[in-house]
Amino acid sequence: MSQGRVPAALLALAGLGLLFFLLPLLGLIVRAPWDQAIGAIGSPETGTALGLSLFCSLAATAVALVLGIPLAFVLSKTTGNLRSVIRALTTLPMVLPPVVGGVALLLAFGRKGLVGSILYQAFGIQIPFTTAAAVMAETFVAMPFLVIAVEGGLRSLDPRYEEAARALGARGWMVFARVTLPLLRPAIFSGAVLCWARALGEFGATITFAGNFPGRTQTVPVAVYVALETRPESAIVLSLILLAVSLAVLVGMRDRWLGAL
Amino acid sequence: MTRRLVLALAILFLAACGAQTGGASATSAPSQTGISVFAASSLKPAFDKIGARLQATKNVVTIFNYEGSQTLTAQIQQGAPADVFASADTAHMTTVESAGLLSGSSKIFAHNKLEIAVEKGNPKGIHTLADLSRAGLVVVLADPSVPAGKYAQQTLNMAHVTVHPASLELQVTGVLSKVSLGEADAGIVYVSDIVTSGQVDGVPIPDDQNVTADYPIAVLKSTSNGPGAQEFIDLVLSSDGQTILKAAGFQGV
Repeated sequence: MSQGRVPAALLALAGLGLLFFLLPLLGLIVRAPWDQAIGAIGSPETGTALGLSLFCSLAATAVALVLGIPLAFVLSKTTGNLRSVIRALTTLPMVLPPVVGGVALLLAFGRKGLVGSILYQAFGIQIPFTTAAAVMAETFVAMPFLVIAVEGGLRSLDPRYEEAARALGARGWMVFARVTLPLLRPAIFSGAVLCWARALGEFGATITFAGNFPGRTQTVPVAVYVALETRPESAIVLSLILLAVSLAVLVGMRDRWLGAL
Repeated sequence: MTRRLVLALAILFLAACGAQTGGASATSAPSQTGISVFAASSLKPAFDKIGARLQATKNVVTIFNYEGSQTLTAQIQQGAPADVFASADTAHMTTVESAGLLSGSSKIFAHNKLEIAVEKGNPKGIHTLADLSRAGLVVVLADPSVPAGKYAQQTLNMAHVTVHPASLELQVTGVLSKVSLGEADAGIVYVSDIVTSGQVDGVPIPDDQNVTADYPIAVLKSTSNGPGAQEFIDLVLSSDGQTILKAAGFQGV
């Protein structure tokens, strides 16, 4: 560590910044009813919410990988206005309040929505209030993180590898699958982790588009909100569990993965 | 968060106004003062009108903070500056009272009943609570942690009806919006919600299956304007205030 070279003013501000993150965390830990924690962790409601949260966030990450990597690839190959448009569309969910995102999803995929009305009338499919809706809400909010990470990875990629592959006779798909993708692995991994973490904490779009029902759409953040009003102790315990899971993964990833950003 | 900021700014603004008018009008009409009222969100349509009336008659400006009664209770317990508290059920008023945060005692000022909210024109032909258990019907209720959800469960129990809700919304407004957007076929909300929403139709629930929600109001110990707070409560309980509440779908006392 070259700590001695950091100016004192920067160090002080950085310390303040760190404290700003640390204090709310400490608040949770200090106020947590540790004597009730074991019971709350073992309770069926907690287990159901946690299981659903893990399933939905992993499914959302999988969808984001399938759609987001090609999107990032296309984004890195386009130029000019088209690129600006795609880029703005892709990052919109990052700046949109999630509740607004949920309303927008309802207006698109709800029973009376643009696409949802066709699905409903032709096939009798209703998306809102289902687990699929929770996955869609999480994907909508979290996929931009993956796209941005992968696009950054593509940008810093040395084009000579792809050129060499093409010179050796590889076609477009072959170059992408055998050369580009393997080189992108760190960026994809860090993007997927960020995307997953964002999906795990998703609340606003989920509650608006998917509603709240235990075992179906009640993910941990929604369960925390419900418990906050009636059982604040279990809300704190649930929050801590969510924090511990996220922290364990983020720490487990280490710098070498997140460093790709 | 934003609301609190707005409230704080508004209070600052009022304080400035008060400072200005205080000296000038010392001899004539009573000077303008301000109060802040923490009220259950279902009261908004009626209380906005009552606030305007109070300003016109008594020159008292009212700033409202509308939230779910639980949220308001928590805010008051955390020391939020407020003069009046109006709750959607007696349970939360009792919580505030037993914490020693009331000045005097609370009074019931209105009642509310439940009704079934359905899409305009009632396309699914819902006429009773029992209809809500029909297969294929998308029914949305408020979560039992919300007063409206607790009451909805009671009314369904009295009618011996079991409903499989698609969602347990965290606010009664969530139930209303899901029905008005057409995503849910029916939901159980307050009569006053339907009267003031205009986006949905209401199917009455007979009295022997219905629940009466009692709305209590009280002056808070933290008040900085006791007389203004009392003026507000007096107006709510007066025949003028009761007329406004009834027009918004409440039952008077």
